[in-house]
Amino acid sequence: MSAPVAEELALGPDPRAAYREALLELAAADPRVICLDSDTGGLEDTFAKRFPAQYVNIGIAEANLMTVAAGLASRGFIPYVHTMATFATMRAAEFLKLDVVGNRLPVRVIATHGGLSAAHFGTTHFALEDLAVARALADLTVVVPGDGRHIAAATRQLHELPGPAYLRLGRSATPAPPGGDDAPGFELGRARALREGTDVTVVATGALPLLFALEAAEELAGDGIAAQVLELHTLHPLDRDGLLAGCRGRAGVVTVEDHRPQGGMGDAVAEVVAADLAVPMRRLAVRGSPGARVAGQRDALAAHGVSTAAVVDAARDLLARTHDQHERSARHGAAATRTR
Amino acid sequence: MAVPTTTGPPHSPAATTVPAGRRTDPRPDAAAMAQRIRQDIIRMAGGPEGAHAGGSLSCADLMAVLHAELLRPGDAFVLSKGHAAPALYSALAQLGRFPADELDGYARPGSRLFGHPRHDLPGVEFATGSLGHGIGLSVGLALAEQLRGGDRRVYTVLGDGELQEGSVWEAALLAGHRRLPGLVAAVDRNGLQITGGTEECVALEPLDAKFEAFGWQARTVDGHDLPALREALRPSADGPVAVIARTVKGRGVPFLEQRVAGHYAKLKPALVQRALAALARPGGAS
Repeated sequence: MSAPVAEELALGPDPRAAYREALLELAAADPRVICLDSDTGGLEDTFAKRFPAQYVNIGIAEANLMTVAAGLASRGFIPYVHTMATFATMRAAEFLKLDVVGNRLPVRVIATHGGLSAAHFGTTHFALEDLAVARALADLTVVVPGDGRHIAAATRQLHELPGPAYLRLGRSATPAPPGGDDAPGFELGRARALREGTDVTVVATGALPLLFALEAAEELAGDGIAAQVLELHTLHPLDRDGLLAGCRGRAGVVTVEDHRPQGGMGDAVAEVVAADLAVPMRRLAVRGSPGARVAGQRDALAAHGVSTAAVVDAARDLLARTHDQHERSARHGAAATRTR
Repeated sequence: MAVPTTTGPPHSPAATTVPAGRRTDPRPDAAAMAQRIRQDIIRMAGGPEGAHAGGSLSCADLMAVLHAELLRPGDAFVLSKGHAAPALYSALAQLGRFPADELDGYARPGSRLFGHPRHDLPGVEFATGSLGHGIGLSVGLALAEQLRGGDRRVYTVLGDGELQEGSVWEAALLAGHRRLPGLVAAVDRNGLQITGGTEECVALEPLDAKFEAFGWQARTVDGHDLPALREALRPSADGPVAVIARTVKGRGVPFLEQRVAGHYAKLKPALVQRALAALARPGGAS
């Protein structure tokens, strides 16, 4: 097995710091920006110092965070609300649904600690259902930058939207995936092809899943298997055309995400693939209950089915299955010829 | 802070409660509006699905004082106890926000008057009905005024049972902390919820002390005394005001008054007539 690419890669930017830089620029340019904090830490000594009039700490109250933001947004402000992904979508779900999304108000939900990115914090801080909830709200734009270097662009592009948006960030810096600085950069709503390949497609959402997809593609290339790697950073609205183009004609599609399989990115891709392509899928997502013992994000993901090796295995499995089918149909064809 | 006042998002809800620049006066006087609200509630409860009659009747006087007298152009109103929609619908129809004959369609197929109000009905800015949202929305609206230095007022009406929702107190805590001016939260303190008395379910008293402890000015008032309500509902420039309006659930209709069963009533035609007759008696209500 080839050496893990991660060890050779430099860390990307700290996701929260990269986001804060972008927010500071937006706040300087747009007085409608209001930074609503729920005592998350890190905003009072950065944002509040520079823009005290555009900063309100509403305290540790996530339901109220969403509702107050809705009131502000209905009066022309663009509130950026800050909490962890699990609190934004689980604890405050109904307030997000009715008050923010129900009124299509331009609130930006900045959801940190996405997936298992705070793995050492334990069960209460895992956000493995947030994307399912966010997608189910239907009128919420949902973005998960997989490359820390794209967070600023994502933040700026979301700012321009007339309606509500959900930005899922990790907690700490992750290895920067190769190719992130190359064109195409971040384009809201568009799946990003990082690697072209006609044998099998790997679709990834989030920083580590994207890294696993790229590592797996490298390993598969060693066996002469060409994998297409797509980064799907926007889960709503879904880039249907980009997905179809990137999956059509391949032996199979492997999805990789830092989320439960139910309602996550794999389900979103399956909606598109199942409707229009006869291509089998394998959904790699967090299965079971992580958190019995402390582990880093990468190990916790691997222990629950999301790793470079799992992507490689899934891709090989799909190719073998297609190969078997070809053999079967070849035999059927030969038999049909003989009986004629 | 220099926040432009005309930069409302293009998709922001079109209707504030009272359209700026449009004279809605002459409004009906509060007593006449309240009486008509009660009659309309009874008619809606006589419809195919019935209605939340008890808690709509208890806040009829409160709703009338607010809508007939206190709300100015640009002010906001949020009905946090969304199940009192019949009272709101009647008030809005009396203000000409939509044709009064739409009230006959309440909860009937094809009508836009649902059991709980939608945000796209003229005069309604936020859909309510899930309890514990209205006060947070109002705090957001009042915070926007505070940040801009505006003087528009924000009124909200809550149920008393609704105060068992934790989100109410998250919002109350923030409003007190920010000393939000121009914010008035009126509690329709009728003392009953679906399973019985609020104090037997999960006690709320002392309610005024609770709001005061959260940094609000609390005023307790007879919720059926129109001049007293008018006085109590005055906003304060110093911080948020909680009005504990002591009311009677089912007010004005003897067979519904103080009855848990009156919370949601589906009235047969004979009972509709009996209720309307009771309301018509001098001194029947207000």
